[in-house]
Order: sequence, then structure tokens, then C-alpha cells
Amino acid sequence: MRYLPLSEGDRTEMLDAIGVSSMEDLYCDVPKDVLLDRYVQSLPTVRGEMEVERALSALAAKNTGANAVPSFLGAGLYHHHVPATVDYMIQRGEFLTSYTPYQPEIAQGTLQYLFEFQTQVAMLTGMDVANASMYDGATGCAEAVLMANRVTKRSKAILSGGLHPHYRDVTRTHAHFNGFEVVSAEPDVDNVEDLIAQIDDQTSCVVVQTPSFFGHLNDYTKLGEACHEKKALLVVVFTEVLSLGALKSPGEMGADIVVGEGQSIGNALNFGGPTVGLFAVKQKYLRQMPGRVCGETVDSDGRRGWVLTLSTREQHIRREKATSNICTNSGLCALAFNIHLTLLGEEGLTKLSALNHARACQVADRLAKIDGVTIINDTFFNEFTVRLSKSASGVIDALAEKNILGGVPVKRLYQDRPELDDLMLVAVTETATDEDIDALIAGLTEVLS
Amino acid sequence: MSDMHTITGNQGLQIEEPLIFEQDTPGKCGVDLVDVPKVKTRLGGLERAGKIGLPGMTEPDTVRHYMRLSQKNYAIDTGFYPLGSCTMKHNPRLNEKMARLPGLADLHPMQPNSTIQGALELIDQCAYWLKELTGMPAVAMSPAAGAHGELCGLMAARAAHEAKGNPRKVVLCPESAHGTNPATAAACGYKVESIPATNDGRVDLAALKAALNEDVAAIMLTNPNTCGLFERDIVEIAEAVHAVGAYFYCDGANFNAIMGRVRPGDLGIDCMHINLHKTFSTPHGGGGPGSGPVVLSAALAPFAPVPYVVDTGDGFKLVEHKADSDQQPFGRIKGFHGQMGMFIRSLSYMMSHGSDGLRQASADAVLNANYLKAKLQDMLSVSFPEGPCMHEVLFDDRFLKDTGVSTLDFAKMMIDEGVHPMTMYFPLVVHGALLMEPTETESKDTLDKFIHMIREMTKKAKEGAAEKFHAAPTLTPRRRLDETAAARKPVLKWEAAAAE
Repeated sequence: MRYLPLSEGDRTEMLDAIGVSSMEDLYCDVPKDVLLDRYVQSLPTVRGEMEVERALSALAAKNTGANAVPSFLGAGLYHHHVPATVDYMIQRGEFLTSYTPYQPEIAQGTLQYLFEFQTQVAMLTGMDVANASMYDGATGCAEAVLMANRVTKRSKAILSGGLHPHYRDVTRTHAHFNGFEVVSAEPDVDNVEDLIAQIDDQTSCVVVQTPSFFGHLNDYTKLGEACHEKKALLVVVFTEVLSLGALKSPGEMGADIVVGEGQSIGNALNFGGPTVGLFAVKQKYLRQMPGRVCGETVDSDGRRGWVLTLSTREQHIRREKATSNICTNSGLCALAFNIHLTLLGEEGLTKLSALNHARACQVADRLAKIDGVTIINDTFFNEFTVRLSKSASGVIDALAEKNILGGVPVKRLYQDRPELDDLMLVAVTETATDEDIDALIAGLTEVLS
Repeated sequence: MSDMHTITGNQGLQIEEPLIFEQDTPGKCGVDLVDVPKVKTRLGGLERAGKIGLPGMTEPDTVRHYMRLSQKNYAIDTGFYPLGSCTMKHNPRLNEKMARLPGLADLHPMQPNSTIQGALELIDQCAYWLKELTGMPAVAMSPAAGAHGELCGLMAARAAHEAKGNPRKVVLCPESAHGTNPATAAACGYKVESIPATNDGRVDLAALKAALNEDVAAIMLTNPNTCGLFERDIVEIAEAVHAVGAYFYCDGANFNAIMGRVRPGDLGIDCMHINLHKTFSTPHGGGGPGSGPVVLSAALAPFAPVPYVVDTGDGFKLVEHKADSDQQPFGRIKGFHGQMGMFIRSLSYMMSHGSDGLRQASADAVLNANYLKAKLQDMLSVSFPEGPCMHEVLFDDRFLKDTGVSTLDFAKMMIDEGVHPMTMYFPLVVHGALLMEPTETESKDTLDKFIHMIREMTKKAKEGAAEKFHAAPTLTPRRRLDETAAARKPVLKWEAAAAE
């Protein structure tokens, strides 16, 4: 086997040095009746690189990827162009095959990019400090609510109807097992006055999303003020990080915790994972923040360097009293984010965000002219919701037969809401060409006629 | 070191590299984008007013920046990395190539079912390998990492108790447990009780039995355990746990020692997470992303979270909602469908080895660890010398007694010798722990050189070279960093004012 360097001769020599006669002797602590005497027979045996590549390529060929056809899918993850430099750099063995930087003297590369990443996330979100990443936006959202409960010593979270249903569901799962309360608004109900009316002295936080799951933009400044008046926290979620290049930041709206999905910058779709969760907070809540944090310090020669810090919040020190059980996070995805955002810079990000918005406006205007299509949004960034004259999932399947990935049926995420059957989310990014847009318009016109 | 001062501060290939924020040239950009079409915007008056503050850099400058950063890292690709409990084995590049195939990397998770049949089949195949290797009937694929898998497993156990009308109150963890175990139990609303270890590094069966009662929801046990030993009494432990109606959670972090040799399903285990980023060689990436599928017994399988893949006989489909399930899923724990990129890499790894190769790999991992133990036991203090160890060997700091050298000093000296240190001060059950896990992808030659190095270092420590150990490392991009100062006054981001 090409990955195993020991020869039969080595093995014999090593067994001799250990003083046993066979490999089986090394497993003498395993009860005899459960020790397998040969390899698991129901699985295939060793294969060469070429054979593996053929088998997996055959599986890949059965799929239709977003790079191959016109694609307008969003609903939490977005198809963007990632510069070649990003994927080349993250495959450097020194980044790819290193562990969490527990020995900082030989991990300054990882630590410096984490410090840069934290700075970038804090800048984008308009917050004081950020951690070194979470698994994804949805798990980050649940962690944000848990954190708000700790900070306020309360146990009721109010979720806006504009929150991504997966984020809501993951938060509800934690609520169920951890014993706190979650109040969710009806789908797409994100009225600031309604949310304010629900805040009481048991409310730990109000969780809103911008742009919302349905694509709407909202100013939550007033909501933040109302939260703070009642000593609750404002948690602002985003699923399209690129929107922060065009919009007023959550920090400017008075958010206490900002959490979201960072996939759009640097990371491929990967069928939903791995991605990278971004998590930023106000300075005063730093010690209740979950996850790894990288901090600046000096070495014994007085030179600037970086280390993992504030580990007294974490599971390996605090055990059952830790702020979270998280250990591994999304280091390499954070690096991809960091590199892509470095390439973009202020000018590139601002332009890319503007480009996404402009393309989406163009598509919305053209879609609105099709019989049987109504745009429900007054505001949006690069994704909006359309009401169709037919069931959205049927329309989307019909478009798929024409090799167009036309949108996401809202009901796929709101399975218990038959009244949302005619709604479709359409996301438009810089990857959509004029030909792609023409194909969508023509395809949808035909399917709806 | 002072005698190595240069004009630039650089030392040959080691180049001092400022932060990107300190290299800002406003107006520079590393991407070329088409012009933005003029449209009536729909941002509702919420346009960003001020600057974000991101630096401008060109592509060549960006490439050099990250190249230089990479050269400050030690990695598996650099050299021996015997970091106990972390399974730092070779990461084949074939797996990286497979994860980037068109039709896999560019798949959106919300695509119509007809366009993702190959992806669902791939998840199903990966799940099949994991179920067969563990002898378990079901697997939950969505957890994003080991600790997330623990959470998933314990939630399934709690859901099963709730279905019987009583969630129970207590989870038992041995004192040698990884910190994520008690943290997970607390996150599921359980009180944690600690079980002591015996003098031979295993769970104290008598103490465990005494702690078991109808308040106990589950036990969380690592096997092979964090001392690198197989829990000989595991079948009896499982029987005792089941006798009071509790569930047996096994932390599968150390599955690399036993894959193809022992099936957790045959031991009476109810759930076990598998770190794909350890046993199945998906890269650690400087701290993730990971993936932590959880195999489940028949008792817990019905409670597996959504989503999951079903083979209908006429193609594959995803079950994404409780209401669409004929089981009793406890809910959802992650956005979308799990760490697909890691499923691809681990499947590529399993297919390459084959069932026979995986069995050989675990044996070689155990052989390598026992070889280290045999060749070092006369000089270092093996914590539990009796019988073989599994894929890692635990030493404590008795051998450094009266030398003035601590486990930390010893580790830092290893860095100067070009080897990544072992895990230090974990597990907590021995003093000044040194936990070495060589993995199966190291050659005998590498081990022999390492053994020689450790023996010579030990001699030096005993000959009174403490000062040298205290000063180490001296040959690294940075010397020992002040962690106390970092925590006392945290500086967690770059700020323009501070830099001026």
C-alpha cells in the first residue's frame, strides 16, 4: 500500500525489538471473541490511484455542477468566482497539513493569518473583536444565542421570521437539549415594531438576519436600542458576507453579537460544507465568546508574535464549565477567506459587492416582465424572492431539465408551510453571464407559459 | 539570537513578514472585475457610508505574503509530528484532487434532486464504509467535527431517554477524558460525574459500577483511551451501563488503532463519533475544517438528526425534515448536509487503502507506538508499562526529576531538533504527560532517528543542560512567546492607531 512505509522486514525487526512474535500479540488486551481475524470482508480491497480517481470521477459526472450551467442558487450559500491564488495557497503543505497552532514558535504562519482574519471580520461587521472561526453560520447562530443567555443570565431568544430556517432549527435543537426557550416569528415576518413588542425581562436576545432569508434589507438600529433598554442583546446574522461590502454594518446598527456564513469569500460551495462561520462581538462580551482566539504578544527576544489566547474559556481547561464544546473549527476555510479578501482589498470588495447588486437588479427587472412572475422585494442585495404562477419546485425541476439551476424553492426549507409553495429564491452573483441570464429568462418564460 | 542579526531582520529563507494591514497601498487590488452596470439600486438607503479599512494589495504581493507565512509553519509535510491524540498521518494529495472535481466542489446543496444523484451516492458509499468498519447499523453524517459529533451522539441518547419519558440527569466521564466530553455533556443539560482511573490507566470498573444508577443517562468513554490503552473491561462496562438503562458513548478519536481489527458494534457501544480528520486522513488545515460522523446502534439509530440520505432503490434522496421522516430524528445540528468535502477525501482514502490496507494501517500505527515505547522505556518513564500500548504511548515527567527540565522545556528543545513535539500535559491523570502518537505513515528510519534524538536529549537533560532547555527554541522564527501577557491584555486585531 503506497501510504505505508514499513516493509515486512521492518515489521519483523520491530516485533523482535518489542519482544512479541506477532501483530496479534499487540492486541492482547482486546477480548478474544471480538478481535477480527481478518479484514472486514464486506468492503473492497486496496486500489491504485488511477482506479480511485476513475471511480470518484464517475460519481462526480452524475452531478450537474454550478460551474457547468447557468446557476442562480443561494438560500445561504452562494456561487462566486474564487481566484486561483486562493486554492493554490491553501494547498501549501505548511498550511494544509499542520495542526491547531499549539506550538506557536513553529506555527506563526497559521497564527498570523488567524490574526489577520479576525481583524478582517471585525472590520467587515463593524465589531470590536472576532474569533478564529466557527463550523458554519448555522452552528455559529446557535452559539450566539447560548452566549447571549450566558451574558444576560436569561433564557428566552426571539428569532425573526427572516432568519434562515436551518439557523432557526439548529438553534431550536440546542434550546431543546440545553433547556432554554426560543420564540420564532412567522416566515418573513421581520417587522421591527412586532419584535420590539415581544421583548420582555426574560428575553436574552433578538436574532435578526440581514439580508433576510427572503432577501429584504432592514435597519435594526431601533431594535438594538429597544433590546438594550430591556437589557437584552441584539444578534445580527448574515448568510451572504459579500453584502457587508455594500451595506451599513451590523456594528453600526448597535449589534452586540454578529454571526454569519463566510463561504462567499474564498470558499467553494462544496455541496454545503465545509464552510466558515464568522463570529464577532462587542469588547465587553469578549470573555463569554466561544471558540479559538488568536492574540498578539512578544517572544523572549521582544519580537512581535502571535499565540492562541484566552483559553481559560475553552473546553480543554474549563471542561464542563467551558463557554462551548467547540475544539476544531474551520482554520483552512478561514485562510481561504483571508487570502481572497486580501486580493480584493477595499476597492475590490466594494466593486464586487456593487457588481453583485447591479446584476441582481438587472435580473429582477427582467424577471418582473415575465407573465406569472412577481418580485416580492422592495429591497435586496444579490438575492430576492419571486412569486410564481405555479408551484416553485415544479418550475425549478423543469428548468433543471433544460440545464438551468433557476433558484431555490422556499418550501424546501419551509416544509410545513404549503402556502409558500409558489415562492422561489433567486440569487445573482458576478458569475452570471449575459447568456446565463438570457437562458434563465427564456427558460422561465417557457415553463410558466 | 544576537549574533544572527541582519540589516533586514530576515534570516535567509526566514523572511520577516508584516501584516497585510501594514502593506496597504490604497487603490491597489489583486483582482480585475468588469465595470458595474448602472442600475437603480434597491439597497433601501442602507448603503455603507464609511470605509471598511481593508488594505489594498496586488496579486504578486499577496502570493509572497502567504508564501512567507507558510514557511513559518511546521506541518506533516515538513517532518515527524507525533502529536498524541491528533493522528497526524500523511494526507494524500489524491484526496485533495478528488474534492476539487467539477461536479463535486461546485455543487450547491439546494440543487434539485435529479442533479445531485452522484453526490448522494458518494455520501451513501462513505456511510457504508463507516458502518461496515464499525459494525454499526446507522451513521449520522452531518456533524462538523469531533466535538460536534459528541454533541450529536449525546443528543441522540437524550432523545432516546426522552422518548421513554425520562431524560435522566447524569453523564459519567473518566478523569482521563478529553475536555470536549464534559463540555458536551453540559451542553446537553447533564451534570458530569468523574470516574477515577486504576493504577494501570484504565477505568475503575468497581467505581464505575458504584456510580451507575437510573439517574445516569450515558457514559462517555474513549477507547482506546487517552492513555493509549485498550479498555480490557469494555464489554463488561457496556453490559453494566445497559443494565441500568443508560447508553454507551464512545469517543472515537483513537479509532486509528483498531480499524479493521475491532468493531465498536461488537463491544456494545451505542454511539461513537469518527474524526475523519484523524483516522481517515482529511487534512487538519491548521485547526479545521473537520468532520465527525457518528455511528449509532439500533437503539439510537431512529433518533439520528436530519438530513440523511436514503437509497430508494430508484435513486437517492435526502430527508431534510422531521415530518418527512419515518424515524424520530431529534432535529438538525448543522446548516445543509454536512462536510461533503471531507466525505470525498475520506472515501478516496478508504478506497485507496481498501479494507485490507486499513487493517494493515491500524496494525502499523500500533506497531510504531510500541516500537517507540520499547526503545525509550529504559530512559523515559512510561506511565503504564505493563502490556502493549495501542497507537500512542504515554510517558510522564518522572525521568526529568531533579534535572530542572520540564515537559515544556523538553518539548521546546525538540522543536530546535526539527521535530514537532508530542502532546504535552494531556491526559491529566499523570504528571507532566508526554503523549506520543507516531501513526502508521512513519518509516522505521524516521522512528530510529527520533529515538536517537530523544535518548541524546534525555542524556543532556540529566547531565545538567537545563539552561539550554530553558532557552529553547532558539532556531525558530520566534522564540518562546509570552502567553500570560497575551491573555492579560488581549490584542485580538490590528488597529491603525496602535501601529503608528
